[in-house]
Amino acid sequence: MKKIIKVANGQGFWGDSIDAPYNLVKYGEIDYLTLDYLAEVTLSIMQRQKLKNPQKGYATDFIDLVKRVIKDIIDKNIKIITNAGGVNPEVCKEKLLEVAKELNLDIKIAIIKGDDILHDIDNLLDKGVDFQNMDDNSNFKDIKNNVYSANAYIDSFSIAEALSTGAQIVLAGRVSDPGLVLGPAIYEFNWQREDYDKLATGTLAGHILECGAQCSGGNYTDWKNVPDLANVGYPIASLSDSTTFTVSKDPNSGGLINRYTIIEQVLYEMGNPNHYISPDVVVDFTSFNINEISKDKVEISGVKGYEATDTYKVSINYFNGYKASGQLTISGPNALEKAELTAEIIWKRLKNAGLSFEDSLTEYLGFSSCHGTKMREFKSDNNEIVLRLSIRDRDKDKIIRFGKELAPVITAGPPGVTGFSGGRPRPQEIIAFWPCLINKKHIDTEVIF
Amino acid sequence: MRIRLRQVAGARSGDKGKHSNVGIYFYNQEVYDWAKEVISVKMIKNHFSEIVLGDVDRYELDNILALNFILKDSLGGGGSETLINDAQGKTHGQAALLLELDLPKKLEKHVKV
Repeated sequence: MKKIIKVANGQGFWGDSIDAPYNLVKYGEIDYLTLDYLAEVTLSIMQRQKLKNPQKGYATDFIDLVKRVIKDIIDKNIKIITNAGGVNPEVCKEKLLEVAKELNLDIKIAIIKGDDILHDIDNLLDKGVDFQNMDDNSNFKDIKNNVYSANAYIDSFSIAEALSTGAQIVLAGRVSDPGLVLGPAIYEFNWQREDYDKLATGTLAGHILECGAQCSGGNYTDWKNVPDLANVGYPIASLSDSTTFTVSKDPNSGGLINRYTIIEQVLYEMGNPNHYISPDVVVDFTSFNINEISKDKVEISGVKGYEATDTYKVSINYFNGYKASGQLTISGPNALEKAELTAEIIWKRLKNAGLSFEDSLTEYLGFSSCHGTKMREFKSDNNEIVLRLSIRDRDKDKIIRFGKELAPVITAGPPGVTGFSGGRPRPQEIIAFWPCLINKKHIDTEVIF
Repeated sequence: MRIRLRQVAGARSGDKGKHSNVGIYFYNQEVYDWAKEVISVKMIKNHFSEIVLGDVDRYELDNILALNFILKDSLGGGGSETLINDAQGKTHGQAALLLELDLPKKLEKHVKV
């Protein structure tokens, strides 16, 4: 019989369900569990934490999860592939080994290094890497002194290499999100860099799984027909040494997998579908066929891919000022008009106090904040509106001053204003994103076990 | 008949830096063939006129009966820089489904309530 591996994703982002990965280990009948903890901005937060405390800089939630599942993953031989290592995989590994030791268990952990290039920037600039912004071509020198983090999206062969050491947990930093699923397939089926269609197949499977329940009934257009979302099952891909795979879930879980829940996730964060560029391959998302083969099980076949580019994408994050947002609820007759007056009063008082901001925004939640004013299916009078005021500035003191101007309007504005229980809005750092490309020859990956 | 897009299609959206993407997929081949002719860049740009500051790009995925639109500069800077409530364009898909269209009579049998 043809070898099949079952790869599940239990974490779409840091903050996703803490029980989903636990349930997959307990009831999922899987070979691999993937866990994605890193959004674009997460690594810069981790670099800041590590700067203050060298024992930090990884996804701490992952330690708590391993405490809950370590016995089961050893008993069932489930391997975990995750980017929870962040910018400090060594310390993350130490903490995991402590967990194992406390329980008298033995576990092998491999870490992948080489994606974090924060401290190599000067060296790389000397070698001629320009870090030019790939979206708007702006010059890296303008932001160089404000950089918080810099990570290359390294390829999935590093994950396969880590698995070949016999590791049960693979701790990476910035690998591509779909790579968490592709990596095990490369390892199990010995796929080579020229196996473009197969690499594309694993990448597409990873893309479908990478946001967890978003392919199994979550955030789905036909939401009224999704059963038991409270117990939604996270997705499981079954891959073989071919360009065909299936996506399904635990039969006893809630949610829904059909052709449309999968198609929606295929389209998520899609750019040019003919050229989906990953570190491993270029995938043609217009190539494959999709079929429902049984309840909550969809088959995808005929995936096409092309040779990878000679560059890695680099994700740089840098400090770019401060911002704050505050909200008030305005209720009762003429709620919208009163909300407009409330906004006018607050902005006028700030102006009278001599303040102006680099940017500001007034939004009416419940009326127009998401879609503007003209796109309305049914006209109705709003009985309440949430007024949201936001500002942005390089001067932190101005942000703090703004925060003090919201509460007074409750007693010194129109009637029916409430909802200020959260306290004064506080300044948040703006950590801006700087995408660029680097030639692959400049990045050396290393597996340590 | 006059319909909303949601009666013949589903949609999902997300962010691509400071741009958002809106993927629209159809439940029926004939409806998709018609939509491919009718739903233009101009129509989407006009529908999202209060949201999109830049251009709109359009791609076709015949294998899954879907159109993908990139709404340039639709997120107030995107990521951590934006001040807007829907920072990642998560709701742009729902907005797309409010698009009003004149559906040919022969396709009316495919309309969902």
